[in-house]
Amino acid sequence: MPAQDFSHSIARLSNLTKRYGGVTAVDDINLDIRRGEILALLGPNGAGKTTSVNLLLGLAQPSAGKTELFGQSPHSVEVRRRIGVMLQDARLAGQARVREVIALYAGYYPEPMSVRETLELAGIEDIAERPVNKLSGGQKQRLMFALAVCGNPELLFLDEPTAGLDVEARRALWETVRTLAEDGRTIVLTTHYLEEADALADRIVVITRGRIAATGSPAEIKRSVAQRRIRCVTRIPVPQLETLPGVSAVARIGEQVEIVSARPEPVVYKLLQMDSTLHDLEVGGARLEEAFIALTGNHTTEKAA
Amino acid sequence: MNTATLNTWRRRDTLAVYLREAAFQFWTVLRTPGFALPTLLFPTIFYLFFGLLFGHDKDGNVATYMLATYGTFGIMAPALFGFGVGIAMEREHGILALKRVSPMPPMAYLFAKAMMAMLFALVILTLLSALGVLFGHVRLTGGQWFTLYLTLILGTLPFCALGLAIGLRAGGQSSPAIINLIYLPMSILSGLWVPLHLFPHWLQAFAQALPAYHLSRIALGIVHMSGDSHPLVHLIYLAGFTGVCLFAALRGWRRIQDR
Repeated sequence: MPAQDFSHSIARLSNLTKRYGGVTAVDDINLDIRRGEILALLGPNGAGKTTSVNLLLGLAQPSAGKTELFGQSPHSVEVRRRIGVMLQDARLAGQARVREVIALYAGYYPEPMSVRETLELAGIEDIAERPVNKLSGGQKQRLMFALAVCGNPELLFLDEPTAGLDVEARRALWETVRTLAEDGRTIVLTTHYLEEADALADRIVVITRGRIAATGSPAEIKRSVAQRRIRCVTRIPVPQLETLPGVSAVARIGEQVEIVSARPEPVVYKLLQMDSTLHDLEVGGARLEEAFIALTGNHTTEKAA
Repeated sequence: MNTATLNTWRRRDTLAVYLREAAFQFWTVLRTPGFALPTLLFPTIFYLFFGLLFGHDKDGNVATYMLATYGTFGIMAPALFGFGVGIAMEREHGILALKRVSPMPPMAYLFAKAMMAMLFALVILTLLSALGVLFGHVRLTGGQWFTLYLTLILGTLPFCALGLAIGLRAGGQSSPAIINLIYLPMSILSGLWVPLHLFPHWLQAFAQALPAYHLSRIALGIVHMSGDSHPLVHLIYLAGFTGVCLFAALRGWRRIQDR
């Protein structure tokens, strides 16, 4: 291990930017990953979570800024011996058996877990002798998890680890992730489920449109995304709606407007006072996507009806 | 789990990774009927029909000639398909990315695929020579057998390089078509199915641009069926061809890395 002290930061993204053609997928992200924490990168699909992780792992080259793992380039083999990775769109195929695949990957690492231990941890002992191309989607997902942990990593990356798992399997995997963290491992996971980030993370980083929209404990993030959604048809112009107290975002959807607010009651009261023709009023829970939009501070958005 | 661990990784651990990777690759491919069956059966059946049944002769001339040409035809397939289709698929399925973030030495990946191609080449050559000796009066000296096997096993390498260059660029779905469009015409035009002297002159001239032609000339020279040029000319061509393919592969690889 290098002489520097990483008791605090185990990985770092500095002014990280990634452009694909004209699209900025990651826009000047600065982030320290601390030793021993479970960090969740939370955001809607296409927000730049996976791109950030790929940049951190050296699978893509930054357009600007840089990434470090253990103070080194992610391309260093010493770094790769200390990390485990579950990639979102990796699809295993072929005639090899589950046990053989795990043994192969475990063999890349200096001090791997035993194959049996790995199988147990991923909950796939029962399919150890099955060929990979005979596995269900959920079983493949758990095999990918097994490959991420088989090297006994200090730092574990899980990109959408529970995508495609049923509720029971998802909870089992959460339990496993907690156990791994209790052993002192650092875990970085990406997810678009607030529930998942809440269940696992010590710290949540909300990413939308390639930027960090918010950082905080799950309680803090939940508070800030615990938004309600008011829908109605009104004559009040959007710019005026945005200035109302307690309104965090306004979007026009066809002839309706959608107002996002943490406390909808005084807003509705005010709206009815201002516009007697207001109709089709609806108040509901905000979807996570809307909460994200509220968090970005990007107040007006045009959406398709 | 850090400092001590990293220092205990030894050269023989790296060697073990290479060997495990190669064994895994070989057994996986051997259990894939879509790969193993055509690769092993096509050259065997073709040789049986065209080299032994139709070209039946007592002195074994046709059978010996065709052992060299169908041998060349046979050993190209595992190299071209193993690299070309294998890598294109693994790239598309994110397996290459998974390997890249693992501590596997990148060369172990290439080594494994090359070893697989060579082992398949060995099996194919053994099948063909068994048929040739048993049913085609093929008689070679020990030295000829050894040089023929060595040539055609190492002869997989230019085609490994070509497959690598294609596999790093082609999509997983289109790669089998691309490889077939190269493999089959090249085999025919290099005179691997029908002897080249039966072709019009301009086609014979064109064959000299093809790596399969040059490899088959070396193989024919070993069994005294070539009678023309020095093997060194063909070796130089094959080395140059391999170099060009590796250069193209390197550029493809850089493009993947810089994504």
